[in-house]
Amino acid sequence: MRLERRASASRVMAVLAPVLALVCAAAGAAVLFALLGRDPVSCLHTLFVAPLEDANGWSELALKATPLLLCALGIAVGVQANVWNIGAEGQFTMGAIAGGAVALWLGPTEGWFVLPLVLMAGVLGGAAWGGVAAFLRTRFNAHEILVTLMLSYIAVQVLGWLVRGPMQDPEGFNFPQTRQFEAAAMLPVLLEGSRVTVAAVFALVAVPLAALLLGRTMAGYRIRVVGLAPGAARYAGFSENGAVWVCLLLSGGLAGLAGVCEVAGPIGQLTPSISPGYGFAAIIVAFLGRLSPVGMLFAAVLMALLYLGAEGLQITQQLPLAAAGVIQGMLLLFLLGADVLTLYRVRFGGVRAHAKASSHG
Amino acid sequence: MDDGVMLVALLVATLRAAAPLILAGLGELVCERAGVLNLGVEGMMLVGAVVGFAASVTTGSPVLGLLAAMAAGAAMAAVFAVLTLRLHANQVASGLALTIFGIGFSALFGAPYQSHPITGLATLIFPNLSGAHPLLQQLLLVDPLVWLALAAPFAVARFLARSRAGLLLRAVGESAEVAHAFGYKVVRIRGFAVLFGGAMAGLAGAYLSLAYTPMWTENMVAGRGWIALALVVFSTWKPLLLAAGAILFGFVTIAGFQAEAWGIPVAPNLLATLPYAATILVLVLISRDTLRLKLNAPAALGKPFHPAG
Repeated sequence: MRLERRASASRVMAVLAPVLALVCAAAGAAVLFALLGRDPVSCLHTLFVAPLEDANGWSELALKATPLLLCALGIAVGVQANVWNIGAEGQFTMGAIAGGAVALWLGPTEGWFVLPLVLMAGVLGGAAWGGVAAFLRTRFNAHEILVTLMLSYIAVQVLGWLVRGPMQDPEGFNFPQTRQFEAAAMLPVLLEGSRVTVAAVFALVAVPLAALLLGRTMAGYRIRVVGLAPGAARYAGFSENGAVWVCLLLSGGLAGLAGVCEVAGPIGQLTPSISPGYGFAAIIVAFLGRLSPVGMLFAAVLMALLYLGAEGLQITQQLPLAAAGVIQGMLLLFLLGADVLTLYRVRFGGVRAHAKASSHG
Repeated sequence: MDDGVMLVALLVATLRAAAPLILAGLGELVCERAGVLNLGVEGMMLVGAVVGFAASVTTGSPVLGLLAAMAAGAAMAAVFAVLTLRLHANQVASGLALTIFGIGFSALFGAPYQSHPITGLATLIFPNLSGAHPLLQQLLLVDPLVWLALAAPFAVARFLARSRAGLLLRAVGESAEVAHAFGYKVVRIRGFAVLFGGAMAGLAGAYLSLAYTPMWTENMVAGRGWIALALVVFSTWKPLLLAAGAILFGFVTIAGFQAEAWGIPVAPNLLATLPYAATILVLVLISRDTLRLKLNAPAALGKPFHPAG
C-alpha cells in the first residue's frame, strides 16, 4: 500500500474525514469502556444519545458549545495565518478576571451600561493577554505556541490568587471565591428556566462574521496568504507581524468574551476553576470543523455533547469526567490520521508501483 | 540545620527539580535534531507518570514501573510517528493532540490511584537513615534517576557528535532530501528519534510520580513538558546547555519555595507562576538573537518529508 498525492485536496474527503474520525473515536471509546469493566453499549448511549433526550439537555448543549465556538473561531483564524494560539484557556481566564473585576467594582450600580462595560472588559482582558504573546513574537521572535501556553498557566494561577486574596468574598466563609455579581452585571437568560444566555447569540453572530472576515475582506485575504505562502506575502508587502497581531488580538478577544460570558452567566462569580478546559478543547473544535466557521459550529456542538455525555457517565457509571478528554483526544488523533485521505489517494501496490518503488531502491 | 546542610539541601532540591526537565528535554532534543517537532511531551510525561505509578504499585517494583513508563511514553510517541511520518499529518497539530489525549487518559486511569501514598525512590533505596548525619541524609536523596539525568546529557552529546548513528540522525534533521538521496532511511531514523523522545518523556513523568512527589495527582506534570520544550530552544539544541538550563530552572522553582522560609511572604499561587514566567523570559532572551537561533536550529525542523513517488 502506498500514498499518492492528490493534485488538489479532496473536498469530499475533507467533510468525510471528521465523520470517519468520529466513528473511530466512538469505537475507541467502546473499547475503553469495556476495558474499564463497563457495558460499552449503554455507555455509548449515555455519551451520545441520552443528553439529547430532553429539552434541558439541548439547552446545556448550547451552554457548553458557546465558549468552545467562540474560542475555536479565533484559533482557526490564527491557524490560517500559521499563528498558533494554543493559550485560549489563558485568554478565557483573563477575560473572566477583567470582566469580573469590573462587575465587582461597579457593585450595586444599576443601569444599562453595566453589562456592556463588563463584557468589554472581558474582551479587552483576553485581547491584552493575547497581545502579550503578539508583542513577544513580533518584537523578540519568541514563539507564540510556548508563550501563549505559559501565559495560560500564569492566568490560571493569577485567578487562584485573586479569589483567595484581593478579590475574595469577605463574607464567604473563606471559600476561594468572589462575591456573586449583581443582576445588572449578569447576561440575560435566553430561555426561561434554562441556563443559556445571550452569549449563545454572540457565538452564532460570530460565525458569519468570521466567515466574512476570512472570505470577503482584504485583512482575511492577507491572513490566508501569510499562512499559505509567506514568501508571496512578503513580496506583496503583506506584513507577517501585522497578521500575528490581528490573529492574537482577535482570538484573545473572542476567548476573553467567552470567559466573561461564563462568569457573568452560568457561574455568576469568580472561582478558581471556571473552565473544564474549553480553551484546549477549542483547538480540537477548530480542526474538526476544518477551520471553517460553519464547520466549527457543528464541531462545537459535538464537543459540547462529549462534555455533557461525560457528566452523564460520571453519574450513571461512576467514570471520571476526564473520560471526555480521552475521547476528545482520540477524536483529534483519528482526524489527523484520517486527513491523509484528503490529501492523498491510497494505492494498493500494482506492478507499476512495485517497479517504481524498486527503482528508488 | 546549619548553613552547610542548608546549602547542600538547596543544591539537592535544585537537582531533583531539574532531573525531569533534563530527561524529557534530552528526548525532545534528539527528536528535534532528527527534524521532528513533537509538542506532545507534556502528554507523554503525564501518561508515563500514571503508568509508572500504577505499574509500580501493582507489581511492587519501581524498576518495572520505570520500564512501563518508558514503554508507555514510547507507545504514545509511536502513534505520533505513524501520524506524522507515515500519514504526513501536521506535526504541530499531532503533538497537541497527543498532549490533549495524555491529559485525559492520565486523569481517567489515574483516578483510582489519586493520593495513594507510596515510598519514594530515594527512601526505598536507603530506608534507615533517621540516625545518619543530616548531610548524608540530604546527599542520599539524590536518587539514581538524578544521577542518570546528570550523566545523560554527556552521553547524548557524545552520541550526536561522535557516533555514526548520531551523524546520520543530524543529517536527517538538516536535510531529509539529501539523506534520502544518499540512501538512508529517513523515516526509520526519524521514527527511532521520536520513540527515544517518548521513552525519555515517559521516564521523566515516572520520576515525578515515583521519586519527586512521590504520588500521583491529576495533571501533576504541571507544564514541565512545555518547559522542557522551551529548554530545547534555549539550549540551541545542545545537550549540555540543556542540562545547564534545566538546573537553572530547578533553582528558580526551589528558590520560590524557599522564599517563604527566607521571610519573603508571597502568595503560593503567585509563586507557582515563577517557572512559567521564567520560561517566557528565557524564550525572549534566546529568541531575540534570530541569527544564532537560525544557525543552530536543525534546518529541517518541523518540515515533513515525502519520499519521491
